[in-house]
Amino acid sequence: MQRSLESVLHDVPMLEGLGDERLALLAGCARNVRFDPGSYLFHEDEPADSFYVVRHGSVAVEVYVPTRGSVAIETIDAGEVLGWSWLFEPYRWHFDARALTLVRATAFDGACLRRKCESDPGLGYALMGRFAQVLIERMQWMRLRLLDLYGDGAAR
Amino acid sequence: MATAQLAELSNVGAMTPRPFRVAERVQDTVDTWTLTLEPASGTTPFVAPGQFMMVDAFGVGEVPISVSAPPVVLTVRAVGAVSKAICASQPGKVLGLRGPFGNSWPVEDAQGGDVLVVAGGIGLAPLRPVVLRLLAQRGAYRNVTLCYGARTPGDLLYVDESETWKGRIDTYVTVDAADSSWSGSVGVVTKLLAQASFLPVETTAFVCGPEIMMHFAIRELLERGMPEHRILVSMERHMDCGIGLCGHCQLGPTLICRDGPVYSYAQVAPWLEVREL
Repeated sequence: MQRSLESVLHDVPMLEGLGDERLALLAGCARNVRFDPGSYLFHEDEPADSFYVVRHGSVAVEVYVPTRGSVAIETIDAGEVLGWSWLFEPYRWHFDARALTLVRATAFDGACLRRKCESDPGLGYALMGRFAQVLIERMQWMRLRLLDLYGDGAAR
Repeated sequence: MATAQLAELSNVGAMTPRPFRVAERVQDTVDTWTLTLEPASGTTPFVAPGQFMMVDAFGVGEVPISVSAPPVVLTVRAVGAVSKAICASQPGKVLGLRGPFGNSWPVEDAQGGDVLVVAGGIGLAPLRPVVLRLLAQRGAYRNVTLCYGARTPGDLLYVDESETWKGRIDTYVTVDAADSSWSGSVGVVTKLLAQASFLPVETTAFVCGPEIMMHFAIRELLERGMPEHRILVSMERHMDCGIGLCGHCQLGPTLICRDGPVYSYAQVAPWLEVREL
């Protein structure tokens, strides 16, 4: 049996506590999408018109480095959120996103969400808080990686 | 330390290296080798998971190395003069070994509950005997999960062997950076804990890696509700004598070579928070 988008959104950790009414608003801007392994969800510099909640599979966030090719800087797994460029001008992706496996996700239309957030500041505040949490988490992970956790230690 | 081990050590003297011959040498990564050693004479020592040997590259120096598989298999990363000399030892070469020293991972105490093995970089080597023991007694444990992080895919240890672990324990691997040929996870090892299935109060976590990696792994485990006494870590300081005489490996009131290297986080937490210690 196919589940409704609203019931799918109920299971998204980031959206926990939003309430049925606001989840229905979000569902109005959402659609389910599927990506085959190796296909791209988006490319750097393209318009960032959406964000994704990955429901199944893994996505690599990559950057193309001249002479080195594409370098994965992070992977996003089931239950995680991909993309925040839709929130901030100039609304363009900073990186590529490539499906490592079959990916099933829920895509949210950024322009649609921004309109709803402007007309319902409460929704905007709630969403912004949740995205700030995602940003903080990713920034902390990135800081840990800057430490080179697996370095040489005491060389003897 | 077991009575039999003490007796054996007293026979040859705990400070006297015994000659061991390199039987096999396998390159794991660009800077890491696994050596299988056999005693040149006498009996093969019994080494419990987590114990270490003092390994002497004659004429160069001596370093502590955790045993990565029984009876005497050592995985060594070539980072200094001594470890480079050990890694360069070809089959037939003789190294001096003292030990085994230290306590061991209390693997059997975790029976009946969930188990997390959290390893970073070369830290998988001292945990490999734990994984082998868990696999040998798989039915005695509930969910068993290995979370392993390394710098790049090329720095991962035991790649072929760990493929055989996957069907029997949940194995999650991540690296800090990778090119597009890597289809696995990229990110910090602590992030993998979100994918593990475990009941915090009935879980035993075995954690080993660079201290900064253990620091953040422990923080994540505590946030997920694990009690301090169920988080076990393997500590490392400048171990020289191996028998608690020189004091170089002191951590607070304990000597790691004698009282460790395995501690519960509850035991060492006050000392880990002291800078310069």
